[in-house]
Amino acid sequence: MAYAIEMLNITKDFPGIRANDNVTLRVEENTVHALLGENGAGKSTIMSILFGLYQPTSGTIKVKGKEVVISDPNVANQLGIGMVHQHFKLVECFTVTENIILGAEPKGKFGTIDMKKAAARVKELSELYGLNVDPYAKIRDISVGMQQRVEILKMLYRNADILIFDEPTAVLTPQEIHELMHIMRNLVKEGKTILLITHKLKEIKEAADKCTVLRKGKCIGTIDVKTTSEEEMARMMVGRDVSFAVEKGEAHPKEKVLEIKDLCVKNVKGLMAVKNFSLDVRAGEIVGLAGIDGNGQTELVYALTGLCKAESGQVILKGKDILKLPIKKRLDSGMAHVPEDRHKHGLVLDFTLKENFVIHYYDREPFSKHGILQKNEIDQYADKLIEQFDVRSGQGKDTIVRSMSGGNQQKAIIAREIDRSSDLLLVVQPTRGLDVGAIEYIHKRIVEERDKGKAVLLVSFELDEIMNLSDRIAVIHDGELSGLVYQKDVDENVLGLMMAGSLKRVEAVV
Amino acid sequence: MKSKLKVTTKRKDSGEKKHSHLTISLIAVAVGLIFAFLLTILTGRSPFDLLTALVRSMTGFNLQNLGSFNIMYVLNWFLNAVPIIMTGLSVAFAYRTGLFNIGGEGQIIAGSTAAAAVALLVKLPPIIHPIACILAAAAAGALWGFLPGFLKAYRGINEVVICIMMNYCGMYACAWFTKVFLPIDPNTNDRTIAIMESAELKQVFSNSTSQFNWGFIVALLAVVLFWFVIEKTTFGYSLRATGFNKEAARFAGMKVERNITMSMMISGALTGIAGALLILGIYRYGRIFTSFDNFGFDGISVALVGGSTGIGVLLAGMLFGLFKAASGNLQLFNIPKEISELIQAIIIYLVAIQYAIVLLLDKISERKIKKKEIEEKPEGGNV
Ligand SMILES: Nc1ncnc2c1ncn2[C@@H]1O[C@H](COP(=O)(O)OP(=O)(O)OP(=O)(O)O)[C@@H](O)[C@H]1O
Ligand SMILES: [Mg+2]
Repeated sequence: MAYAIEMLNITKDFPGIRANDNVTLRVEENTVHALLGENGAGKSTIMSILFGLYQPTSGTIKVKGKEVVISDPNVANQLGIGMVHQHFKLVECFTVTENIILGAEPKGKFGTIDMKKAAARVKELSELYGLNVDPYAKIRDISVGMQQRVEILKMLYRNADILIFDEPTAVLTPQEIHELMHIMRNLVKEGKTILLITHKLKEIKEAADKCTVLRKGKCIGTIDVKTTSEEEMARMMVGRDVSFAVEKGEAHPKEKVLEIKDLCVKNVKGLMAVKNFSLDVRAGEIVGLAGIDGNGQTELVYALTGLCKAESGQVILKGKDILKLPIKKRLDSGMAHVPEDRHKHGLVLDFTLKENFVIHYYDREPFSKHGILQKNEIDQYADKLIEQFDVRSGQGKDTIVRSMSGGNQQKAIIAREIDRSSDLLLVVQPTRGLDVGAIEYIHKRIVEERDKGKAVLLVSFELDEIMNLSDRIAVIHDGELSGLVYQKDVDENVLGLMMAGSLKRVEAVV
Repeated sequence: MKSKLKVTTKRKDSGEKKHSHLTISLIAVAVGLIFAFLLTILTGRSPFDLLTALVRSMTGFNLQNLGSFNIMYVLNWFLNAVPIIMTGLSVAFAYRTGLFNIGGEGQIIAGSTAAAAVALLVKLPPIIHPIACILAAAAAGALWGFLPGFLKAYRGINEVVICIMMNYCGMYACAWFTKVFLPIDPNTNDRTIAIMESAELKQVFSNSTSQFNWGFIVALLAVVLFWFVIEKTTFGYSLRATGFNKEAARFAGMKVERNITMSMMISGALTGIAGALLILGIYRYGRIFTSFDNFGFDGISVALVGGSTGIGVLLAGMLFGLFKAASGNLQLFNIPKEISELIQAIIIYLVAIQYAIVLLLDKISERKIKKKEIEEKPEGGNV
């Protein structure tokens, strides 16, 4: 079979780190080829090289058998290579069509843009691949899943036939993921070739034909997905056996740490997003909040942390109503938080890793004295966290966070927040974008926090994670509490019904 | 999750930063100088004259008359750097908090006027007197920075617009203030009488013909303080965090609005001090401004070329100070003084479009790598 892409002996050096070490990747035409590897293994880097964002330090690239030099993304476009980045690059106030044609506008009379023609083509493409996109909708009005399809259309509109997806499913709901896998199969049927980066072995099983495994920049091997089990793939990428189940003993819950009482919160559109929501979390237990994305989880978390105002109700943390307090006071009164949007709320990307680690404590001893930062203390603390949580980067604590791999950025936030050892740990999607090995470790740490007597509220869209970690599970549907059950009393089907709002079971009240 | 389209910053986003700001600035300076020499030749003048003028401004030696040496030229160079180092620090300070202070003109006029008022109306012993004047100027500059900062922080109004309006407010309000409250020199009617001697910033070398004075030390102190505050203190940390990512800073409990207001006020104070240094060290009388001196705008170039760091601003300020000081020498050697402005303009443009330089450097290093590969191939023998 012919190869669409051959990347031969690719090596890429960054300051302090070899991101790709003599990697050879051959992708057959008309297949979905997955890339698997730990956080920081060099997956995004090698794809960025293929897309012309980076130049390899050494190695050659062949596209459809011909040797090429991809000096920038425009060259990649001309070669028929397109990429969907993990963070979409769309103009919010433009329509779908306007976004798609940006940079490749069809010219009409007198140098005007022929919008009608463009929209017709967008519609045609959308129908051909079953994407269901409205060419005239504004980006800010459509869901994240739809936005991703716009990115896909952008590639198709430029006649790309080699499509790169960098962790496309991290931001999607399970339903959307399923649809995306279907779309990918459709694309392959129509003659496209797909390169897919993902940490979810299930997705590789579902959609991919071949899978190349990277570890610490080196190529470990390419396998046939059909004949390889998930456990084997995990072992290949981490280099040891990975347990998918979380080991944890019985919970011994004590006093209530967080009490949410009749909370009502409006969303940005002014509609009630959280309605009379009540929930308690006790010391020494993990409460999982399940629900389909967009059912009020974000608003609920914002109201708890103080990012948005609540309409009415009470949030009591250790006996004190914190609803009127500013963010900082809330965090200081015993709340650690792993936010959903790590780039917006979690990190200062242009700061170094160590500066990010002390962001909550920079103005306190021992990290500062009399308003002056204490370099030694900060360095030691950073080294400690980096070692404990295995945060990998080119220049250790002095790495600019922007240059770190996505998963390692996430690990940095988790490290910082878990280490605060607050009475309440409020984690949203803690393992998004993490490899299976890292997930195993983070889960272990969360359970440890519980056993130390902390209260944990876990918000996640992944049912596996909820089922694996939680002691009690709360379900939110349309802003209301539609379920509150003990984990051992339910299975995923029952949870699914509650998330869809067709079953209401509030029984595990404490 | 959804990031807005930012085509121009793609390279930066990908975080591959191979070339330091210093390299880029040095290349810009080199290109500016080469261009100046070419232009001198093209217009039929001697490039040696240009070189002589520049060397003399820097070292005090005259290449065409070896043996003649006058330290005055060197001192004048340093003297010219003082106000733009201050305004450069000012712009850099605001920039590190994510703000653009283009209100330097208003702030420097406010600072000049306040310094003159204290120097004319308040009786104080020497040493204390100039310090009091400088503090008054800082306060006046801060006041002028307050409004744009406050409106930006609490009302989301673009600081650039307010800053520009404040420039004109500063010019007219201070002219009125000076005419009404300060003793005007009856001979000219367009300035005040001389300030009290106790308020003057004295010459460092009183036997020199240069006006070089202790203001330079103030500027150096300001550079050190700038670096210390921005890099070493918790306050600087929170300002930088605010500048990089307002939301994350807010989330970490920093008072973002207060930071923005404070930063603009400190920025204004730095420019205000520049005004005081000019009045106390050079003019020695209060001025009635009818136009801008452009020191505030020069500060933008200095901060840009200096990469908004303390040491960078010091170096860039010295560089631009040199060109300012050189204009006089140029004319002496029959080179139009516009040449010096031209060099400055080229440097600023090149640093502003540093992407072009980066691209160029990339091409060069690529070629080097290729060459190396070809050399290495026979040994490596792979593929
Ligand atoms: N622009 C850069 N500058 C410096 N180092 C970088 C840069 N980009 C990536 N790196 C480093 O190269 C290594 C590989 O990063 P890469 O983003 O390719 O990892 P990844 O396999 O995509 O990981 P993840 O699963 O976490 O996204 C990391 O250690 C990272 O710190
Ligand atoms: Mg990645």
